[in-house]
Amino acid sequence: MNNFPVLSLITFLPLVGAAMIFVMVQGKDPEDIARRSRWMALFTSGITFLISLVLWIDFDRSTADFQFVETMTWFPGLNISYHMGVDGISVLFVLLSTFLTPICILASWESIKDRVKEYMIAFLILETMMVGMFSALDFVLFYVFFEGVLIPMFIIIGVWGHGERRVYAAFKFFLYTLLGSVLMLLALLVLYLQAGTTDIPTLMQTPLASSLQIWLWLAMFASFAVKIPMWPVHTWLPDAHVQAPTAGSVILAGVLLKMGGYGFLRFSIPILPEATETLTPLIYVLSAVAIVYTSLVALAQPNMKKLIAYSSIAHMGFVTIGMFTLTMAGVTGSIVQMLSHGIVSAALFLCVGVVYDRLHTLEISRYGGLVHNMPKYAAVFMVFMLASVGLPGTSGFVGEFMILIGTFQVNTWVAVFAATGLILGAAYMLYLYRRVVFGKLTKDDVKAMPDLNARELAIFVPMILIVIWLGIYPSSFTDITDASVINLIENYQQALADADGVDVAAQ
Amino acid sequence: MTSTDLIVALPEIFLAVMGMALLMVGVFARGNPSRLVNYLAVISFAIAGILAVATFDGSQSAFGGLFRVDSFGLFMKLLVLLGSALTLIVSQDFIEREQMARFEYGVLFVFATLGMMMMISAGDLISLYLGLELQSLCLYVIAAFRRDTARSSEAGLKYFVLGALSSGLFLYGASMVYGFAGTTSFAGLATEFAGEGGPAVGLIVGIVFIAAALAFKVSAVPFHMWTPDVYEGAPTPVTAFFAVAPKIAAIALFTRVLIEPFGDLVAQWQQIIVVTSILSMALGAFAALVQTNIKRLMAYSSIGHVGYALVGLAAGSQDGVRGLIVYMSIYLAMNVGTFACILCMRVNGRAVEGIRDLAGLSKTNPMMALVLAIFMFSMAGIPPLAGFFGKLFVFQAALEAELYTLAVIGVLTSVVAAFYYLRIIKLMYFDDPVEKLDRPIGRDMVVVLGATGLFTTLFFVFPALILDPAAQAARSLFAG
Repeated sequence: MNNFPVLSLITFLPLVGAAMIFVMVQGKDPEDIARRSRWMALFTSGITFLISLVLWIDFDRSTADFQFVETMTWFPGLNISYHMGVDGISVLFVLLSTFLTPICILASWESIKDRVKEYMIAFLILETMMVGMFSALDFVLFYVFFEGVLIPMFIIIGVWGHGERRVYAAFKFFLYTLLGSVLMLLALLVLYLQAGTTDIPTLMQTPLASSLQIWLWLAMFASFAVKIPMWPVHTWLPDAHVQAPTAGSVILAGVLLKMGGYGFLRFSIPILPEATETLTPLIYVLSAVAIVYTSLVALAQPNMKKLIAYSSIAHMGFVTIGMFTLTMAGVTGSIVQMLSHGIVSAALFLCVGVVYDRLHTLEISRYGGLVHNMPKYAAVFMVFMLASVGLPGTSGFVGEFMILIGTFQVNTWVAVFAATGLILGAAYMLYLYRRVVFGKLTKDDVKAMPDLNARELAIFVPMILIVIWLGIYPSSFTDITDASVINLIENYQQALADADGVDVAAQ
Repeated sequence: MTSTDLIVALPEIFLAVMGMALLMVGVFARGNPSRLVNYLAVISFAIAGILAVATFDGSQSAFGGLFRVDSFGLFMKLLVLLGSALTLIVSQDFIEREQMARFEYGVLFVFATLGMMMMISAGDLISLYLGLELQSLCLYVIAAFRRDTARSSEAGLKYFVLGALSSGLFLYGASMVYGFAGTTSFAGLATEFAGEGGPAVGLIVGIVFIAAALAFKVSAVPFHMWTPDVYEGAPTPVTAFFAVAPKIAAIALFTRVLIEPFGDLVAQWQQIIVVTSILSMALGAFAALVQTNIKRLMAYSSIGHVGYALVGLAAGSQDGVRGLIVYMSIYLAMNVGTFACILCMRVNGRAVEGIRDLAGLSKTNPMMALVLAIFMFSMAGIPPLAGFFGKLFVFQAALEAELYTLAVIGVLTSVVAAFYYLRIIKLMYFDDPVEKLDRPIGRDMVVVLGATGLFTTLFFVFPALILDPAAQAARSLFAG
């Protein structure tokens, strides 16, 4: 079992599924093509998810080493290889990606009627890129997947987006991300010239001059900060979310934003520890501003998706603060928060999608009193709303609490600002919930909206279970991350100590 | 002259003989022999390619050093032959439809290609000039091949006048170099420059003139002015040809001249190449943003691509040349494919060239839209498509040579350029069709599109197929 390339299988199975849909689903009847594409996509992504559970079961929780490692020659003689593997930091993100893709496909079951075949192919390609990105252990390979995500996402926003400004949003998303990424590409190449390889585990062992580290760090920061996104380069996100189809928003919020956070954990911190130490204040300031500013902006939004998009930026602000405290609680908290946000914000966008499918508007003021005619929906929405707020017992609480503990150990002021965000977060989410769900049911078209159907319930139930599981018993997740996080922090301290030693010796 | 000399130059000799034979076929065959001549020309290219590989036996010089064969030359010649053959294949339907199917078309392709092969194999400034002029004269004529339309004639004339100017620049530079160095052979020049204190001022002036003339041939800024007009005015298949084979040959020539005879003067010419490269990338990116004619857009796009290829040359290192070779190989596939798509753009039997005519293509012809989208993403340099790897290796070389400014400007312009490539994808996928493009597109087209599309998509699976020979080719250039 050890030699079985399970990661490659999970990565490329969706691509095979996409190719099969592309080749096999032909015919004259568009209805028939759509039906078969849906089922094949659901089947492929479902199987992929089941196989990915192997990672959960077989993952050795006692070691920080990379597991399920595969190596193959890719660029012979250049030390750029096809190297896959996961550790405690990445394995949960792989699972998050494989979990959310079938949900997205189910969520698009009825709402996507146009060009269904192409839509399903795009989503399966997107899954390949996401999983590959989290399991790549070679920087070039990582970059290929990281950038490759842009192609299907651009098409998804532009073709199936439902806003008037979908083209604008698609371009903005693409060009913003590309601008950040090309700078990371240069950093990648400089690292390659320094170390002679792009193998990530080797890069982590390569000592670099601290002046060079600063430049590399900033170049990578350009990419990850746009992706996560951090204030002030966050403006693409609300546009992309509002214009994207529901499932596109789900993947965007659920997985794509985590790519930035993952990038910091995988590259910036372990490869460039000295620069990380120097530039942590920058991260703190930007994140603190992001938390307070975007929370206030969210409070004023008349558009549901935009509100949740801004809340995502605020939550990601927590994540970046947490991971750069480089304390056990902070880093673990940031990973938990990313997972929790991956599920919760995805579910919130799905909740928006449910009402959007019925009324075709995102204006909050067009709704109201849904609790009367959609009680199940109101209950589901409440769970995720409270999880987003960070109610104890839900996943949101665990992550935010750990991040705050970690932050208090390092910097009280930052913790104060972050805590403000919690209060504002409760304010805008409860305010949203009140306007949409409570109140009098007066509008006729809102009265006519049916409650959740079986398919929609089937989407939400597993997500609710995970939210509560992660909230009540986070150990089953933190067990997986612990060894890797300890290793990350120890290596970081060690690298700083070594660098100090060198400085002292130089004097 | 010995018999080994003849064997070394066998592919070129074969092509020359075939060119003349095809002329005879054209003159004496009954009916319209255009199709026959073109097919025979394609076969000749294939045989010349096989001969080039079969007679290849390491680096060799012939005719007293006038003619040089090495891995670099072989690789570039194969690219040129492939480019010529593919563009000739995709031309056929178009020239028949547009009533320009005369047999001289194929014959001119053969002679132009022969000139390019001579250029690539030149070992002396004189033989270089001969190859260059043979190629250029044929190209002037092909550009004006639709002599009854004003635009085509204008393109040919413009190309001729400016081309003659650049040839003049080249000759002037070459005479300066000869005057100060006392030799025109590359090997002689290389020994002249090796290990000396500093080159004479006259030599530098000569090199500047030669570089300017070659920059004109590869259409690098600031010698690019002819490109958009000629690309737009020339018949579309001719534009496809211009964008591929002559460009690859000129880049190969540029590389050989700078690396072989002037290799020890890197410090002198590097700054010229860096500036041209930056200007080409920037102009290619910004000027293309506002274009509405797809051929004109492709002209600016090719100026930009030359800028990226020159990044590799600017590095002046073996890795840089390898990057450049990989870049040009990928460029060949992307451009042939894109032009094949442009050749398929017709409405009611009439060829159209507006970018807007592509609107909604994903609904009317999904396969063609998909292939064109792949080329566009690839040209924008988005992984995992081939174009990304081309950029990867040239930028690697640039950073290795510590040309940080060049690399940063390069990647930033690639973001700007991504915008107009995305615009085409946006038109095809996000917009609704205005007019339906004609179908079917022809079997030859399907084959060419399929092959180039697959290459562009699957390059990342087998990069070693191009990378290894490219590395070997680069090594051969630096060995001698």
